[in-house]
Amino acid sequence: MKLDLNVDVHHLTRVEGHGSIRIRVQNGDIKEAAWEVIETPRYFEVMLKGKKWDAAAVLTARICGICSIGHTLASLRATENAFGITIPEAAKKLRILAKHGETLQSHYLHLFFLAAPDFLGLPSALPLIESNPEVVAIAARLKGLANNMCDLIAGRTTHPVSIQVGGMSHKPSRRELLALRDELLRSVEDVAATIALFKTLTIPDFTRETEFVALKGVKEYPFIGGDLVSTDGIVKKENEYRAMTNEFCVEHSTSKWCKLSRNSFAVGALARVNNNYKLLHKEAQKLAEELGLKPVNHNPFMNNIAQLVECVHCTYDSVKLIDELVKMPQDEPIRVKVEPKAGIGVGAVEVPRGILYHEYEYDNNGRVVKANCIIPTTQNHANIWDDMHELVKVNLVKGMTDAKMELLCSMLVRAYDPCISCSVH
Amino acid sequence: MKYLSIEPARPKVAVFDFTDCEGCELQLINKEETLVDFLKAIEVVNFREAISNPSEDYDIAFVEGSISRADEIDRLLTIRKKAKVLVAFGTCACFGGVHKLKNVHTTYEANKEVYGDMPKDTMPVRSVGEIVQVDFSIPGCPVSKAEIERIVQHLIWDVTYQYPVYPVCFECRQRFTICRFDLGELCLGPVSAAGCNAPCPAGGMGCWGCRGVAEAPNFVEYFELCKRHGYSKEEVLERMNFFGGFAEVTGVK
Repeated sequence: MKLDLNVDVHHLTRVEGHGSIRIRVQNGDIKEAAWEVIETPRYFEVMLKGKKWDAAAVLTARICGICSIGHTLASLRATENAFGITIPEAAKKLRILAKHGETLQSHYLHLFFLAAPDFLGLPSALPLIESNPEVVAIAARLKGLANNMCDLIAGRTTHPVSIQVGGMSHKPSRRELLALRDELLRSVEDVAATIALFKTLTIPDFTRETEFVALKGVKEYPFIGGDLVSTDGIVKKENEYRAMTNEFCVEHSTSKWCKLSRNSFAVGALARVNNNYKLLHKEAQKLAEELGLKPVNHNPFMNNIAQLVECVHCTYDSVKLIDELVKMPQDEPIRVKVEPKAGIGVGAVEVPRGILYHEYEYDNNGRVVKANCIIPTTQNHANIWDDMHELVKVNLVKGMTDAKMELLCSMLVRAYDPCISCSVH
Repeated sequence: MKYLSIEPARPKVAVFDFTDCEGCELQLINKEETLVDFLKAIEVVNFREAISNPSEDYDIAFVEGSISRADEIDRLLTIRKKAKVLVAFGTCACFGGVHKLKNVHTTYEANKEVYGDMPKDTMPVRSVGEIVQVDFSIPGCPVSKAEIERIVQHLIWDVTYQYPVYPVCFECRQRFTICRFDLGELCLGPVSAAGCNAPCPAGGMGCWGCRGVAEAPNFVEYFELCKRHGYSKEEVLERMNFFGGFAEVTGVK
């Protein structure tokens, strides 16, 4: 057995934002197995104070460059709930379609560009341009389709413009929607090739039992609003989110931390699949079964597989949404009039990395008095920390070298697809 | 990849991020139809979000984000020393971006509101150009990938890049987008710098001026136009202050 380990990863690569790994083992004792968040804080809750209702989503989209559509949707839902606004059916469908576009682009970005190089023993996806151009072409096509989908529905992939308080400000034409439908169906072939590729990769064999939190789907796999649920059996209303997150400050991190029934819990694709497995599209369920993903799965590395399963779900669900949208009358309203009033509203949305909450208190003039945002990665930090400790413990017995341990721990953090800038907003 | 029998330079490019959302970096790996050619035209040697084997030997540094911590200043000074060309990449780097909205509060107030009794290290937000000399600025929140491609082509062939001198309105007309003012909305399009292809008005939102001021804007006429449509000067200034690109007009630094 190897008795000493020293791992220092300053600014972990292929993740969004700045985090570091530090591991010290002396004489077989784990002195430290730390996941440190050193991202610069931006104080978005402070920036929001005094802002008018129509600026809140434009501002909070800037919390994140990857999941800005998710932030926009959570922000709008908080504002709409505060004002007591119900948006039209067509807008609801368009919003979920935009959400699917974002989930697809984010998951494909993570699977191909951030996670896959680890499994292939590469420092980045760039060498694949020469060695495996067909894989790069598939990745580019899939991510490109997802981005085009965001552009079409949300007006832009990063920092959307067409999703606004009261509904949507732009509706794609029937022809554009049907063209997107064709593209989605055509992409199934590329998705199949991606699945074949991921089937050849070896997912590290590691489990640590933990609690998984997600939105609670009723009839459909959940993305926007509804009750909150955990695999330990806790159920809360959307506006009771603070009791679900119990956010607190820690000395060693510029992101806050969260806890629920145990020392830590996890959110994200795996948490969604674990809590809502039966609501996945049947094709996605079939894939999950083929890849050995059954609820409740406690291997954090399986989050990558859960992302792939969600890509299948979102692809088929998008086709279904488009079918429903084109059946609606052309003049179906997509936005209602907004009448600001004093009140408090919460918006919970499942973004690629897990459940996201925005809460705003408005005054009579529709200006923000107080704001709170709780980000998925904030909820995952403690779980990453606990996983890393356990991962070091079990692999220490196997006599793993510093270099191998460094790679494995980096892969663990990447498996969560952390959005560190988001978590330190 | 020869062009007219000339082998172009393949500049070593490094990408660095500071206080920000990393959305502009993400734009670099978007626009998939030209992504492979783009990555072949340059040599990406340092890009934490995408690659794990960084090099400290680079020609062009794309610097993203605003500056709000002492360690960021040190890191930026080092990058400035090593880079032949330093590009302020995105609205945060160019003007400080939305982060400057924090500056109306003291760092004590900001910390108290967010972290309670466990304050974190922070200082008033500054743009990259307020700390080091910037050779080139690419504004936008996020930056436009099409524009980056044009600019990188110019850098590779060592040809001076000329930004569009016209305002966003011009690009709206080119796209046949209905004027947001005519639809009853405030828009900074008449006085904001173009080059983004005006995606916001086309998507149903008036311009918020993320690329800063257009060349030679007529502010007197613009404020009159806003007034005619029922917007007060305060309201317009509030929007101009949002991305920090209108600091000379709003007076807010």
